[in-house]
Amino acid sequence: MTVEAIASLEKAEQGTSLWKDAWIRLRRNKLALFGLVLLSLFIIIALLTPWIAPYSYQAQNLELGASPPSADHWLGTDIFGRDLMTQIMYGGRISLAVGFVATAVALLIGVTWGAVAGYVGGRTDAVMMRLVDIMYALPFMIFIVLLTVVFGRNMLLLFLAIGAVEWLTMARIMRGQVQSLRQQEFVEAAISLGLSPSTLIRRHLIPNALGPIIVYTTLTIPNVMLLEAFLSFLGLGIQPPQTSWGLLISYGAETMEEYPWLLIFPGIALTLTLFSLNFLGDGLRDALDVRSAKD
Amino acid sequence: MRPTLLWLVFFMSSICALAGCTGGESNVASGNRDGIFHFGNGSEPQGLDPHVVTGVPENKILGALFEGLTVKNPYTLEPEPGVASSWDVSEDGRLITFHLNPKARWSNGDPVTAQDFVWSWKRLLTPAFGAEYAYMLYPIVNAEAFNKGEISDFDQVGAKAIDDLTLEVTLTERTPYFLQLMDHYSTYAVHPPTIEAHGQISDRFTAWTRVENMVNNGPFNLKRWQLNRRIEVEKSETYWDRDNVKLNGIVYYPTENAISEERMFRVGQLHYTNVVPLTKIPVYQDRENTPYVQAPYLGTYYYLLNTNEAPTDNLLLRKALSLAVDRQQLSETVLKGTVVPAYSITPPDTLGYYPPRLFSFDLEKARDLLAQAGYPEGEGLPVLQLTYNTQEDHRKLAVALQQMWKDNLNIDVELINQEWKVYLDTVTNMQFQIARRGWIGDYIDPNNFLDLFLSGGGNNNTGFADPVYDEIILQLAPQAQTKEERYALFEQAETRLMEQMPIIPIYTYTSKHLVHPSVNGLPSNVMDYLNMKYVWLDKDWQPQQEEQ
Amino acid sequence: MWRFISLRLLQAIPVILVVITVTFFLVRVAPGGPFDSEKAVTREVKAALEAQYKLDLPLYQQYLAYLGDLAHGDLGPSFKYPGRSVNELIAAGFPVTAELGFYALLVALCIGGLAGIIASLRPNTAQDYVPMSAAMIGICMPSFLLGPLLVLVFGIYLDWLPVSGWGDIPGDKILPSITLGAGYAAYIARLGRAGMLEVLNQDYIRTARAKGLPEWQVVVKHSLRGGLIPVVAFLGPAFAGLLAGSFVVETIFQIPGLGRFYVQAAFNRDYTMILGTTVFLSVLIVMFNLLSDIVAAWMNPRLRAQYGSH
Repeated sequence: MTVEAIASLEKAEQGTSLWKDAWIRLRRNKLALFGLVLLSLFIIIALLTPWIAPYSYQAQNLELGASPPSADHWLGTDIFGRDLMTQIMYGGRISLAVGFVATAVALLIGVTWGAVAGYVGGRTDAVMMRLVDIMYALPFMIFIVLLTVVFGRNMLLLFLAIGAVEWLTMARIMRGQVQSLRQQEFVEAAISLGLSPSTLIRRHLIPNALGPIIVYTTLTIPNVMLLEAFLSFLGLGIQPPQTSWGLLISYGAETMEEYPWLLIFPGIALTLTLFSLNFLGDGLRDALDVRSAKD
Repeated sequence: MRPTLLWLVFFMSSICALAGCTGGESNVASGNRDGIFHFGNGSEPQGLDPHVVTGVPENKILGALFEGLTVKNPYTLEPEPGVASSWDVSEDGRLITFHLNPKARWSNGDPVTAQDFVWSWKRLLTPAFGAEYAYMLYPIVNAEAFNKGEISDFDQVGAKAIDDLTLEVTLTERTPYFLQLMDHYSTYAVHPPTIEAHGQISDRFTAWTRVENMVNNGPFNLKRWQLNRRIEVEKSETYWDRDNVKLNGIVYYPTENAISEERMFRVGQLHYTNVVPLTKIPVYQDRENTPYVQAPYLGTYYYLLNTNEAPTDNLLLRKALSLAVDRQQLSETVLKGTVVPAYSITPPDTLGYYPPRLFSFDLEKARDLLAQAGYPEGEGLPVLQLTYNTQEDHRKLAVALQQMWKDNLNIDVELINQEWKVYLDTVTNMQFQIARRGWIGDYIDPNNFLDLFLSGGGNNNTGFADPVYDEIILQLAPQAQTKEERYALFEQAETRLMEQMPIIPIYTYTSKHLVHPSVNGLPSNVMDYLNMKYVWLDKDWQPQQEEQ
Repeated sequence: MWRFISLRLLQAIPVILVVITVTFFLVRVAPGGPFDSEKAVTREVKAALEAQYKLDLPLYQQYLAYLGDLAHGDLGPSFKYPGRSVNELIAAGFPVTAELGFYALLVALCIGGLAGIIASLRPNTAQDYVPMSAAMIGICMPSFLLGPLLVLVFGIYLDWLPVSGWGDIPGDKILPSITLGAGYAAYIARLGRAGMLEVLNQDYIRTARAKGLPEWQVVVKHSLRGGLIPVVAFLGPAFAGLLAGSFVVETIFQIPGLGRFYVQAAFNRDYTMILGTTVFLSVLIVMFNLLSDIVAAWMNPRLRAQYGSH
């Protein structure tokens, strides 16, 4: 969830003060605010990278090779003598974009799918969830290889491919939540009041199931960033000399004994992003929690 | 339960205490004592039928289980007596008579006969059997015709058992490397009654290679085969030269992951590794009494250029690309000095043959050529695409090369990595501009490299077609009377090839292994060939020796 | 309840049939065939090989023949390992992977579940942050990183545990189980915490607390069931995914499991092996998703009533 997302949600829900209240509560949560600031900082750096990166991300210095952090290269250089800080900055552009967009795709499909299946129930539910089972079972790698061959390589495809796998568990979790909420008094009351199903799902079911969904979303983002590295190995996604955090980490893992900095710094970048996401996620969850808000 | 990591430490130390893990005896220590060689073999073999499988890990195991008519001396790579204790070659080189060793036995006690070889070769050449390596026997009269279904009577093929111990082979033409082929696993004999007990001669997959069914004739017998875990062989008691076999057994591990393999070696689980990760090499090289062993290997790493399509159909551009590659620098930096720069397809010193060197790294000339090609300073040249299969070392080279071409010629290259089978498809159908490729020789002879580029050859993949070249390789070289004459012809062919530059040679491969100091009788050679008969383990080897 | 289960099992048949059909045609259109290799084979040899595997028949005949064999439980011969049947390869690999997955899940549940519950009891205090931060690191650590790291520390520097193998040297099952389980532990901790928080704020828990029940009773008797529903929803596919996802761990630790076969089959275009493992996996997925739905229903009294009344 980003600020934009919240803002748009806010717009959609004008008339209820829920989102405004949440925003006020969020601002009071220091950790969440810290997460938000750090994340925004990362995003700003990523956006400005082409102008502020200390070196060109392609320029090699083969004679230098992998060198530890120094005055010239604060985070050291990789085996081609390329500045690691620049690599991480450019990698962040890809990783953040993939992480957010692909997760948003997964979120959109998964939440809708799960909510509808859980709400409607019966045969519709059975068919929808069995479709999820089918998607789980299909050999993902062959699917990816086919995608690369049929459509060539591009980022949009990467988002779709990742979104296509990540929404499955999201749908299952959402369905479970909705199913259990559906039995509760306030929902039954709302139904008896004649609220339309779409309004009910939007106004009551999704907000009340937000906790696990937000958490799963924050879990999905790092997963997606790492999945991107795997897909790049299969030929889908980005190509050298472009890079991403996932790729930097997987290359770094191979040389963790010889050139530890190649693993540590990209790892820190990913970890920091993740921590901020989680603080923000938890903050959001708490802020949006209608019941705890009554405290 | 607080921090997960602390718990892990606690959890593991308690289990360690329970298991009493005081660092039990390593494989190397127990292996040295019992004469068991622990061998990192790269991957699980496809199978153990010498006529079916194709690959290096299979080769390593089959070489221990079976023996061909000849074997190689690992020091000199000269043919030595195997199942055949001697052989006569006629004046014109076309008739070879093998005299089989009367002591040669199958593991069930049956004698190994000339008829077994004839039957086995018939199996390899049977069209329906579909052996990938059937062409190994094509030098034999009518072998190709039989394999392609043009004749159906195997008696017409030039392999005859005169009696139990005499095998007469008639070749179409003089083939200097034929004796070497008798050591290739595809030409090994298999035990006909065993095969027939489990199926027909044309059946590819029967159960005869299972531990309980396997009948073989080599220095070792199959003892245990656990899928993806290990294959164990033990010294054979029926092998004719068993007195010279020093090892009691070998354990082959399917070590797919080079980094894991290196770690297994480090803790003493392996005597020998299949490969060494590139980044680990400097670490080992710096060590005293290093276990790291590197040797030139009969293989060439090169890039294919598509000569059929623009812009790589432009000879001047191809030459410019090749001349702008600083192979020396690549080899010393990215590749850590583990390879030898190559300027031709045939590796140097291929059985005394040295390919002509027609060019070297020459930036000025490269830029001139590029300008002549119509792209001064790289201007007007579309972005070139370089395809490689996903693998760490290919990537490193491609990334370095991409920048080298950018810096040296101002040419933009886009890298395309593909999953292995997609890449094969791309290369076979020539849907590339530049593509990475490697070739490892099956036998030591320039012919094994130069016949790649025959017009329309299955492994040509460049569109290079030169009738004069074809004539030299197919007609003139086989008729050459002396080695010098033959090699002069090869040199001529290779010159014609490199003048057209359908490939950019990059380097000659090296074999790289970690070998425990207690291992003896394992010399390095250009084929990376092992003869397990020669290997022995030093029982008295102690780790302290390293510190002396 | 029994009706519910039998209904779901009945639904499994079309699910698996669709999976087989889609996979069957998917692998055939993927570029590169099982017989493509670095050294090109002649057209004659390729034709002979295809005939040996009946690939020369029309595609629909191959498909029907496959279904026929499958009905008899025969998954066909492997392309990559001539002389081995797919049944045999699965039988060799599955017990190992299942054992690995079981231990990993045990590790994940113990560590992750506990961490999540503890953290949820006092949100936004140290008791929350410490286990959750550990969980975060667990998520950042993909197994291709954690595995080698554990091997380096415990296998090489400390020399306490074997660096590879499965059931060969005492103690060699520990590191792989932890490596595979750690990522899942992190998920379970996060989902568990969130689910628990959700429940702990419900009115009936407030009532229970107001009644002055001891905290552990509130947690164990009243909250766990509801709080762990998201975890259970995650566990079903996670266990099936564990089996497929164990490839990395199996490769790092040289474990002879099904994960390696599953992934390599795709790389090798081993048609029968891809199909065989996919069918096998889809059965597992259907079963585990069903199991997780049953457990979720059992944990949620209202749902239980719903299924019971069917």
